[in-house]
Amino acid sequence: MESTLGRAGIWAVVLLLAIAGAVGAQDSGFAIHMGIIGAVAVLLAVMTLVRFDPLAKAQTFFKMPPGPARYDDDVVRWGVIATMFWGLAGLLAGLFIALQLAFPVLNLEPYLSFGRVRPLHTSAVIFAFGGNALLATSFYVVQRTCRTQLALPSLARFVFWGYQLFIVLAATGYLLGITQSKEYAEPEWYVDLWLTIVWVAYLVVFVATLLKRNEPHIYVANWFYLAFIVTVAMLHVVNNLAVPVSFLGSRSYGAFAGVQDALTQWWYGHNAVGFFLTAGFLAMMYYFVPKQANRPVYSYRLSIIHFWSLIFLYIWAGPHHLHYTALPDWAQTLGMVFSIMLWMPSWGGMINGLMTLNGAWDKVRTDPIIRMMVMALAFYGMSTFEGPMLSIKAVNSLSHYTDWTIGHVHSGALGWNGMITFACVYFLVPKLWGRERLYSLRMINWHFWLATLGIVFYAASMWVAGITQGLMWREYGSDGYLVNSFIDTVVALHPMYLMRAFGGLLYLAGAVIMAYNVWMTIAGRVRTEAPMGDMSYDEEADRPIVSNPQAQPAE
Amino acid sequence: MSDKLHIDEPTGTEFVGHEWDGIQELNTPLPRWWLWTFYATVVWAIGYVVLYPAWPLVSQATEGTLGWSSRGDLAQEMSAAEEARAATFERIAATDITDLADDPALLNQAIAGGASAFKQHCVQCHGAGAAGYEEYGYPNLNDDDWLWGGSLNDIEYTLTHGIRWEGSRETRLAFMPAFEGIFSSAEVDALAGHVLSFSGGSQSSTRGAELYELNCAACHQPSGEGDRMQGAPALNDAIWLYGDSRANIRQQILAPRHGAMPGWSDKLDPVTIRMLAVYVHSRGGGEAEAIPEEPQISDEVAAASTEEGNGNS
Repeated sequence: MESTLGRAGIWAVVLLLAIAGAVGAQDSGFAIHMGIIGAVAVLLAVMTLVRFDPLAKAQTFFKMPPGPARYDDDVVRWGVIATMFWGLAGLLAGLFIALQLAFPVLNLEPYLSFGRVRPLHTSAVIFAFGGNALLATSFYVVQRTCRTQLALPSLARFVFWGYQLFIVLAATGYLLGITQSKEYAEPEWYVDLWLTIVWVAYLVVFVATLLKRNEPHIYVANWFYLAFIVTVAMLHVVNNLAVPVSFLGSRSYGAFAGVQDALTQWWYGHNAVGFFLTAGFLAMMYYFVPKQANRPVYSYRLSIIHFWSLIFLYIWAGPHHLHYTALPDWAQTLGMVFSIMLWMPSWGGMINGLMTLNGAWDKVRTDPIIRMMVMALAFYGMSTFEGPMLSIKAVNSLSHYTDWTIGHVHSGALGWNGMITFACVYFLVPKLWGRERLYSLRMINWHFWLATLGIVFYAASMWVAGITQGLMWREYGSDGYLVNSFIDTVVALHPMYLMRAFGGLLYLAGAVIMAYNVWMTIAGRVRTEAPMGDMSYDEEADRPIVSNPQAQPAE
Repeated sequence: MSDKLHIDEPTGTEFVGHEWDGIQELNTPLPRWWLWTFYATVVWAIGYVVLYPAWPLVSQATEGTLGWSSRGDLAQEMSAAEEARAATFERIAATDITDLADDPALLNQAIAGGASAFKQHCVQCHGAGAAGYEEYGYPNLNDDDWLWGGSLNDIEYTLTHGIRWEGSRETRLAFMPAFEGIFSSAEVDALAGHVLSFSGGSQSSTRGAELYELNCAACHQPSGEGDRMQGAPALNDAIWLYGDSRANIRQQILAPRHGAMPGWSDKLDPVTIRMLAVYVHSRGGGEAEAIPEEPQISDEVAAASTEEGNGNS
């Protein structure tokens, strides 16, 4: 009882602080954010006071396995649901801004203008969809490969809910116009501080679980998860160093200025790709591909060499985002050569993933989850080749600032991150909710083809658009003058923008089918459908008819 | 354990020996092609950092044996492009703007240069086709209705000094007074009706004609033909800067809008401005030079030069 009152007291203090913050706020956006925090505090206080134990409730709802003899999968279940939810939200936002580019009239000022919805889209798919997938799978994988339960279970729950609060504050902030204008690091100083706390808690839970493992060695997936968590913490803290204008306002000034700021930003931005979207998702790949294929990992040696070379080389490659800018030449050169050297270390992960299927390649035909994993690895390979190629200065002088970059990012994000996440969720859901199998395997097949076709439309249209744009911008007439004005290129790209939006629509449609499939699986339903397996083969019937011999040729 | 347990049957490769949650690892050596490609990229990188600026030292970075720099590269490209245009530029600079038409090749080069500069500096307001935007008050440059004159010299002057631009003392300056609070609503209606009657859009009234004569005719002229010397728009045609509806005209009488255009003398060189003037002039509405009224010239000479001017157009 005392502890209940104490906890309620803490929430009341949080509420009072939030109200004080809202009252004294320097701008309406900050006031609204304080309101959101206050609402969360009220919710938690009420839940505490009516002795409503959210964990017990969650146990009944999510059917948490009882006792210490099982893994602690609550957070994983919540994370899978959050992954699905934010995934749909992020893809929908993406489709919306794709349509805005084709039809500018859809810019609904001020809250739904492209400038505000675009960071909403990128953060929703990278940090909300991808982040929750990483959170859920890392807690799932680390327990199983260490053969132990999560250390600090309540801190793990804090990490999950704290991360959701970060997402809500970030997303509402974008729509309200709160941004520090750093790509992929738009949230302002107080949201950054909150994420730092959550992220350090995440690191503590993960490392503490590793420390209490019952296996002599740490599995390769956990190296990648650890690299992801540690590096993202470092990147986040350094890139977001800032001085708030007021402790009661949402504005701040960054610690860096000019070209130093740009370099820090792209050191962050590129390694967010490297350690969030590559290392973290490779960790998922290293557990779920061998599990689903039921095959040993192709090469232990390759995993060591490509892990260390990847994390050593990636961290230097950021300057290739600043070719032909005020960044000194030497930094551009180093960014470029490190990107080139990164090619093979990146491909090490693809080789290890694909070759793990040696001896089980027939499953590509029969198992749609394996098919998704193979497609994810194929797109991973394509975009990690395209990346080093685009970092070459001569190529970059054509491709930079064009839609080619957008196409490159999406072949990686939709093809690699999206597909591998879908495959992992399909793997996890029946196991987490104790179902015999998914509601429907054929729906996975539909999802696979819709997503693949969507990516093809997206990537192909953006290649054409990007190269068209690059060539038009630099086109000089024989009279010695530039041929095109900017608006000429916009007009020329309109059909490509329509195709891109169509690709996005296909990809979103696949995700909607997935959400339905996952929902029905959790609800415990099983769809009656023909199996996805081989055609039945009747050897007896596979014969020529011999009872009625053919006529002999005429003499 | 027998040896068989250490070998993975489908691939014939040995296991490393660890197992995590049922996942084992094979002891496959690094693929040779992978390793050699990796080495090749490293060797290429070493070569590249020797050839190009790369390593930061105490006071500056290594410069690379090729002596290449991105600034040098840009300067070279820019000077090559400038050199290619230099002869044309010099000729345009040396030619009086009204004489450009005598050299069709040079005129075409000036138009091309103007078109290029227009795409960069002017399309934002006047539109890619130079048709302007009536809803925002950006004038159409393709028609023959000019606020401040449509001869080459007039256009060049407007481009150089701007309209209501604080960057030049000689800027085109005109302000129509606001009649808010001076006229009653019925009077504004009568006036708007009279204005519309110039272009046949409405019936005039005695009251409207009377008000116009007293308040508007000084600038817009008795029959609404406007006055380019003062930048007073013509009201007797179908071309309107801020809309042709009665409501638009009422609003313009009560609280006139005054569009501004920056002069380009601080951003563009005189030759580019000249080429822009030639380009705008060539869009279809360009006019011949007006003859300056100089009192000391006799009427006969003036008449002769008028004919000459018309002949040039």
